[in-house]
Amino acid sequence: MSQTRASVLYDAPGPRGRRRNLLLTVLFAVALIVLAYLGYRKFAEKGQFDAALWEPFLQADVWINLILPGLWNTLSAAATAALIAVPFGFVFGMARLSEHRWIRIPAGAVVEFFRAIPLLIMIFFAQYGGSAVFGLTVTSFSAVVFGLVMYNGSVLAEIVRAGISSLPRGQTEAALAVGLRKGQAMRLILLPQAVTAMMPAIVSQLVVLLKDTALGFIVAYEDLLNAGARILPANFRNLIPAVIVMAVIYILINVGVGLVATWLEKRSRRSRKSTAAPVAPPDSVTAPATL
Amino acid sequence: MSALIEELPVILGAFWLTVRLTLATAVAALVLGTVLAAMRVSPLGVLRNVAGAYVNALRNTPLTLVIVFCGLGLGLVLDVSFSESLSVNYLWLSIIGLSLYTAAFVCEAIRSGINTVPIGQAEAARALGLTFTQNLRHIVLPQAFRAVIAPLGSVLIALIKNTTIAAAIGVAEASLTMKSLFERHQEAVVPIFLGFALGFLVLTLPVGLLFGWLAKRLAVAR
Repeated sequence: MSQTRASVLYDAPGPRGRRRNLLLTVLFAVALIVLAYLGYRKFAEKGQFDAALWEPFLQADVWINLILPGLWNTLSAAATAALIAVPFGFVFGMARLSEHRWIRIPAGAVVEFFRAIPLLIMIFFAQYGGSAVFGLTVTSFSAVVFGLVMYNGSVLAEIVRAGISSLPRGQTEAALAVGLRKGQAMRLILLPQAVTAMMPAIVSQLVVLLKDTALGFIVAYEDLLNAGARILPANFRNLIPAVIVMAVIYILINVGVGLVATWLEKRSRRSRKSTAAPVAPPDSVTAPATL
Repeated sequence: MSALIEELPVILGAFWLTVRLTLATAVAALVLGTVLAAMRVSPLGVLRNVAGAYVNALRNTPLTLVIVFCGLGLGLVLDVSFSESLSVNYLWLSIIGLSLYTAAFVCEAIRSGINTVPIGQAEAARALGLTFTQNLRHIVLPQAFRAVIAPLGSVLIALIKNTTIAAAIGVAEASLTMKSLFERHQEAVVPIFLGFALGFLVLTLPVGLLFGWLAKRLAVAR
């Protein structure tokens, strides 16, 4: 199909249409430039383009001592949380498909509860509840990881459940018919196929997890955002430049992980090894394709 | 439990602020998101690219960073001011941050809805001689909106939960209030947490049910 879906909305412009489009392009470009200039003026008025504010980003020791430790803390919180959340998701996702009601219902309640409440109140609860109830000192790192695991683990559980349920019934029936036990059927037949189908959804959820580590800023975890919004401005009084540079770092990392998700999706669509259709993440903000 | 009853007015006030934050942001994000979606499918390359870059940048930035930028960057450094009162000013700045962020997701939802409208619909509209704007306004968007009611419901639920991040710039909505109640009543951390969790369940679950029902009721029959 040479035409993209969007270009169906309008005719290929003729000579008059092309002239009108050119005129509109110029008009909108001018409007955007004016808008950008107004923003620039506002920034310049407050001296935000002074070299002194941007110059720290050219110094190696600023990166080594202030920014990279923050990035390291962000990545280590994300990695720790992901390593716990993925098994959590598999355990609870399979538990929700259990034949035993006493496993299925509690697992469902846990998953639905932690998906419905905001991550931040879980982090606050971990911080204050840990010391009030168990007498433990909860570091901001563990509080952030706890919140990330409970929330993202619950979302991953939904992905796992969707992945396994999307397999044709015949797969389980055939596995049981050749004499496999339920555990074996899950382990040897269902899970390997389901994992292929849900890999892209899992990776997209890990991008969400990585973004959510920035909540650590609110509980004074020394992450990348903390470096940009507290440490650098305290040293160089350059809040806006620092936050912009941190945003660029976050975007680069997330786009990188996002590319992995796209690649996995293409790969799983190509392979015919799985009988499952690719799984959309739960609470997906895109409408399912109908055609 | 007694702490929860004693502080009930404070808790209700905090949730009322959460609701107001949500409503104000939802309206702003819906408008901005629709405009962005229209830009992303427009015949003009400039608009398509600007909207595409905006959506990709905002979707890959943590919301906490966006809100900190709006609160501290716009508020403190650039002196953007909406009100004499500091707390009201931060409230507005957090609404701006939440709206800018949520609009990117609204745009993605609506764009995916535009893709569910069969090609024949837009082709028939073109054959009748409708222009791009007429095509969007009368044919495509009405069908697209009905296809994305459920995804927009998910965006709204995510928004209700995301309003807690306004705590990063000191807006005393539910989560920040919960934190200060934890400090005031250290013996009652668990009941207070359960109370606030219940509050969020009361806000999010009906929204999910309502949008699920609406999506079924208004689904385009094909």
